[in-house]
Amino acid sequence: MSITLNFQDWVSLFLHFVSLSLLAVGGAITTAPDIHRYLVDEQHWLTHYQFTSSVAIAQGAPGPNVMFVALMGWNVGMNAAAGMSPTPTMLYAVMLALLGVLVTMVGIIVPSATLTFFSTQWAHKNRDLKGVRAFKAGLAPLVMSLLVATGWLLTGNHDNYLEDWPMWALAAVTTVIVWRTQTHLLVLLSVGAVLGMLKII
Amino acid sequence: MSEVPAVRNVPTSNADLFLSFNWLALQGFGGVLAVVQRELVEKKKWLTLEEFVEDWSIAQILPGPNVINLALMIGGKHFGWRGALSALAGVLLVPTILVIVIASAIAGVGDTQAMQGALRGMGAVSAGLIMATGIKMLPALKTNPMGLMTCVVLAIVTFLAVAVMRLPLSWVLLTLGPIASIWAWRCISRNESA
Repeated sequence: MSITLNFQDWVSLFLHFVSLSLLAVGGAITTAPDIHRYLVDEQHWLTHYQFTSSVAIAQGAPGPNVMFVALMGWNVGMNAAAGMSPTPTMLYAVMLALLGVLVTMVGIIVPSATLTFFSTQWAHKNRDLKGVRAFKAGLAPLVMSLLVATGWLLTGNHDNYLEDWPMWALAAVTTVIVWRTQTHLLVLLSVGAVLGMLKII
Repeated sequence: MSEVPAVRNVPTSNADLFLSFNWLALQGFGGVLAVVQRELVEKKKWLTLEEFVEDWSIAQILPGPNVINLALMIGGKHFGWRGALSALAGVLLVPTILVIVIASAIAGVGDTQAMQGALRGMGAVSAGLIMATGIKMLPALKTNPMGLMTCVVLAIVTFLAVAVMRLPLSWVLLTLGPIASIWAWRCISRNESA
């Protein structure tokens, strides 16, 4: 994919992740549907395939799953390099991709990290306060539901249920296995990779 | 309940925080909670189990990745903002480099049909993992002061808004969040006066 990003676009990219940072209740992954809406559907800076593989690779690699944001930034930077003429050198493309990583990761991390740092002392001291308890209790069902919605949106393209049904079946079976057993995630990801390679799904 | 004297350790330096959280993040394939508990509570004994449960629930409620929030809390508790930054760098630095290297290697062997198929399969599995993480939280809703039924209704409305109607997350959280919190406040007040 090749796109053109001007300075204002980079600023909008940064600000979008800044605005999502404080909404990432329950982990960065719950912002994935909104990132998809913005990067894939609205701005067309990222393909759906790049989006889903960023999430899949980040889940399969060690580290917190917020790494999917770094990969999306990397891909947006690479797409921007591909859209330049004349074609930039590989080094330049990598620099642009790293800029993408920096812009998206700083945007998604710094606001929430600042809030966490300054509020945890307070919240810890006031954990019996009614307001703190009401906030926790009120958000609990929302956090739970957002995770399920995120998995739902990540499963398929949602345009073609008839063709994609094996994906849905695999996602459903995985859900039950992870829910009910202690199977290691790497085992499940490997099985998924093999099924995909063999074109079973 | 516990007659056994609790052995307590503390991180010795910012470097210790950096290395410990780096090691922790590198072991976290999806199921970070189990790794965090094993490393920080059982092996390093930086936290008792009770402290861990408390800190973890706060880390979950605050926006941002849970492990990163926990790193900031523990780092900050022992060495102030320098500790928080050391722990944060520990969680992020090496995994970021690693994930870019892995993604580039995959892009290198690239757009073969087999690789696309493999990523498709892994994508469906990771979608299932995320859904399961949400479903596993259901039992915790039974003790919610709003009651299980209200929680289920809130969960369904949230799901419809985000997954079916595809509304922006900010709208959904900024409208449903305050409504749910105020309702929870009322339920807690009623329980306390009863």
